[in-house]
Amino acid sequence: MKVIKLSEVRDRIKNLVQEANFELQDDVLKVIKEMAAKEESPAGQEVFNQMLENAEIARQEKLGLCQDTGLAVFFVELGEDVKLDRDDGLGSLREAITEGTRRGYKEGYLRKSVVEDPVRRKNTGDNTPAYIHWELVPGDTFKLTFIAKGGGAENMSAIRMFAPAAGLEGIEDFVVETADKGSSNPCPPIIVGVGVGGNFEYSALLAKKALLRRPLSSPNPDPFYADMERRLLDRINKLGIGPQGMGGRITALAVHVEAYPCHIASMPAAVNIQCHSHRVMGFEL
Amino acid sequence: MAEHKITTPVTDDMIEKLHAGDKVFVTGFLLTGRDAAHKKLIDLVKEGKELPVDIKGQFIYYVGPTPARPGKPIGSAGPTTSYRMDTYAPTLHALGLKGTIGKGERSKEVKEALKKHKAVYLAAVGGAGALISKSIEGSEVVAYPELGPEAIIRLKVRDFPCIVINDMHGGDLYEEGKKKYRIE
Repeated sequence: MKVIKLSEVRDRIKNLVQEANFELQDDVLKVIKEMAAKEESPAGQEVFNQMLENAEIARQEKLGLCQDTGLAVFFVELGEDVKLDRDDGLGSLREAITEGTRRGYKEGYLRKSVVEDPVRRKNTGDNTPAYIHWELVPGDTFKLTFIAKGGGAENMSAIRMFAPAAGLEGIEDFVVETADKGSSNPCPPIIVGVGVGGNFEYSALLAKKALLRRPLSSPNPDPFYADMERRLLDRINKLGIGPQGMGGRITALAVHVEAYPCHIASMPAAVNIQCHSHRVMGFEL
Repeated sequence: MAEHKITTPVTDDMIEKLHAGDKVFVTGFLLTGRDAAHKKLIDLVKEGKELPVDIKGQFIYYVGPTPARPGKPIGSAGPTTSYRMDTYAPTLHALGLKGTIGKGERSKEVKEALKKHKAVYLAAVGGAGALISKSIEGSEVVAYPELGPEAIIRLKVRDFPCIVINDMHGGDLYEEGKKKYRIE
């Protein structure tokens, strides 16, 4: 039986949240460079140049790529055969993830962007709670993925409960419409995570999971959804919004779609918008 | 695309010269402010009380920076999305605020206020907070320290890079840019 020390989880997370916020990953940089080469608008090209220069400064100086260092969102796949060693005073896996987040955001001079109540709005001061999605899986896997999710792009996300009659066309129009409405707000060029199917809450989770796919811009293994991704990227990039909304050919860097079985009466679709500062990293133990 | 170097405090004459799409490099001081600070400022205005900072001739930069590392003037400091301050901006322009800096579209009411009160809306590049921090030389919390990253900070800036989005003449870079590149 695999034994995992909670102190190791905590310490890895402390480093992970910092590294993800300081260094754009190679797959993200590759897509940014490829799309920059296709941008025709001078203002758009300038934005791409600044994005790349920014990434270099952030990496060298260990500065947040963006001042919005995000809610700390985690996806954890925990094997049923894994034994957790509650060492160093850590009482649970949740506590280890929370403490790692707290330490990482403090030590890395990252922004504390969480309020303890949505209406009364007092800052929690340490960027906790972490937002953790658990999945229990067979075997002894321990896989954790982190995404630093900024508020500007998250606010431009949307969900709609379609009747099945709306079909593929209805969903695609909804995705394009959501990107168009978001316009310059979510820091384009954006990344679009689409969740199709499931139910109300599951489709939103699928949309966020779609953003985690690596490498960025790799297609859905199902050719039907890979085609949908290509069509959506093409349509969104005809909107003219461009980098930072200043007009241009590249409004989105990538579209990822994930699908799941759903009710005979339903066809939910969720769109999770992500900014160009796509900070996703993880580890396995 | 014209380029302008401007220094705060800003006069109406300087604002008149700015047109949508122009590059602007700001030197002097910027006041920061986000959702929470704006709410407090507007509450004071409603109560007829004095504001804790003088906004006449000034620019407000919509930003909540990351904490500064020791020996540095500021952390990462790019713009936040501006529409969340749309309900507050016209009141502040009426009190003499000459400009705001952020990212993303403004409401019709804000654009009207820019014309009426001779003010401007500028954008900095969102998601370039590390790069932008290079044009910030100093920072001092001047109001609401209890708001943490949402406190009002006075930033000392040199050649702080912006682009004019909405000018006082009705120009709108977002609308013009989208129209130019949109394929129906």
